[in-house]
Amino acid sequence: MTGDLAILGHYLPQLIGGVVTTIGLWVAAAILSIVIGMAIALARSFGGPVVNLPLALCVQLIRGTPFLVQVFLLYFGGPALGLSLDPIPAGLIALALFGGCYLSEVFRAGIRAVPPGHVEAAACVGMTRLQTFRRIVLPEMFVMVLPPSVNIIIGLLKDTAILSVISVPELTGAVQQIGSETFAFVLSLGLLSLSYWALVELCAHAGRAAERRLSTFRFVS
Amino acid sequence: MTPAIEVSGLVKIFGDVPVLDGVNLSAPAHQVTCLIGPSGSGKSTLLRCMAMLERQDAGSIQIDGQPLSIAGQHARKGDLRSRIGMVFQQFNLWPHMTALGNVAEALRTVRRQPRRKAEDRAMAELEKVGLAERAHLYPRQLSGGQQQRVAIARALALDPQLMLFDEPTSALDPELTGEVLNVMRRLATSGMSMVVVSHEIGFVASVAGHVAFLDRGKIVVSGSPEEVFAKPRHPRLTQFLETYIDREASQLIA
Repeated sequence: MTGDLAILGHYLPQLIGGVVTTIGLWVAAAILSIVIGMAIALARSFGGPVVNLPLALCVQLIRGTPFLVQVFLLYFGGPALGLSLDPIPAGLIALALFGGCYLSEVFRAGIRAVPPGHVEAAACVGMTRLQTFRRIVLPEMFVMVLPPSVNIIIGLLKDTAILSVISVPELTGAVQQIGSETFAFVLSLGLLSLSYWALVELCAHAGRAAERRLSTFRFVS
Repeated sequence: MTPAIEVSGLVKIFGDVPVLDGVNLSAPAHQVTCLIGPSGSGKSTLLRCMAMLERQDAGSIQIDGQPLSIAGQHARKGDLRSRIGMVFQQFNLWPHMTALGNVAEALRTVRRQPRRKAEDRAMAELEKVGLAERAHLYPRQLSGGQQQRVAIARALALDPQLMLFDEPTSALDPELTGEVLNVMRRLATSGMSMVVVSHEIGFVASVAGHVAFLDRGKIVVSGSPEEVFAKPRHPRLTQFLETYIDREASQLIA
């Protein structure tokens, strides 16, 4: 065991690099997912059927196929379509699209869950549609979408592991390499699981704290 | 004197059901006009057309002599909107803002007033409805009657020249209707032009200057309360009032 630990110490720079890449990819993908998810949700909610139908199809395609296949398709299939990407950008795009599609469904449900009367009340005092969205719809939906969004964003963290298949040097990839070079599989993969778990708990904790803060005006209790 | 709001030949069709079938109504300024009628008679739809929440299919609405909307489209929407205050059956307060925030919101976003000025005015309006002490509570921390009074303050903060009320006490427990009706009575005494859809026949009889009874999308009887409630009554109105008496009587027995 002590020997195994010494081996891990030897690989420390690689491990730290893996953690940094994983967290970096995750944060970037989460932010992009929120932007993409919001854009799709808005376009589908207010854009009419011409916008809604093609976007609905895209969301269904991405939700209906395995993430692993999407990653392969973008990275290995991309060049055939004139889209050659390095592993990290390819992984980031795949992850952001995947997360964005899931989040868009949550956001869409959130927009629809704002009682129409609250929007009518805003119209009656003379607020424009944009003001109504920014001041009434957005804050009201935020409270409702927070818990499911945190779930999806936690999922994205774990999905970064899949990007090791296109040789993104993230945590899982780094640990796998250590495992195959040293045969210290149990220790390295055990530590790997623990690291993901710690990150997930951190994120979940932040989500719960935000929920508690917002509970003052929560109307769906 | 020009009426506060004048409706002529108003038609509204949902699907193929004419909810409003050629409604003419003239609500006198500085008086309370009450719309009564069985459910489905079109009174709420009429009020929602006046609030520009529904577009009529034909006919016109004039506020203070100016056209509110030509059939199918609203003329000068933003400008006229804040001259008409609307109070909903379900209050429709914004749950993420305090009572003060609800009242100050439009002053800040629509009237572009600085925060201090908007909040001072909002506080003054809350005081008028007796809720200054609850200004910093969120809607869910208030009773239904208090929420409705905040909603009235929210509308009044914009100095409307006409106030519309869509069954303002129908979602309230009987003990809470009184506090809302009292605020409305005081508002009426101050000379505000009001159009009220209400099932509170007692309130209608005592406060209204003008009553219109709707049935199946048409105004069947209209006039002063004395004229409308005097006998002999229109048979549909008699029928409608009887269901009320029955309901109240059965409440007394139970």
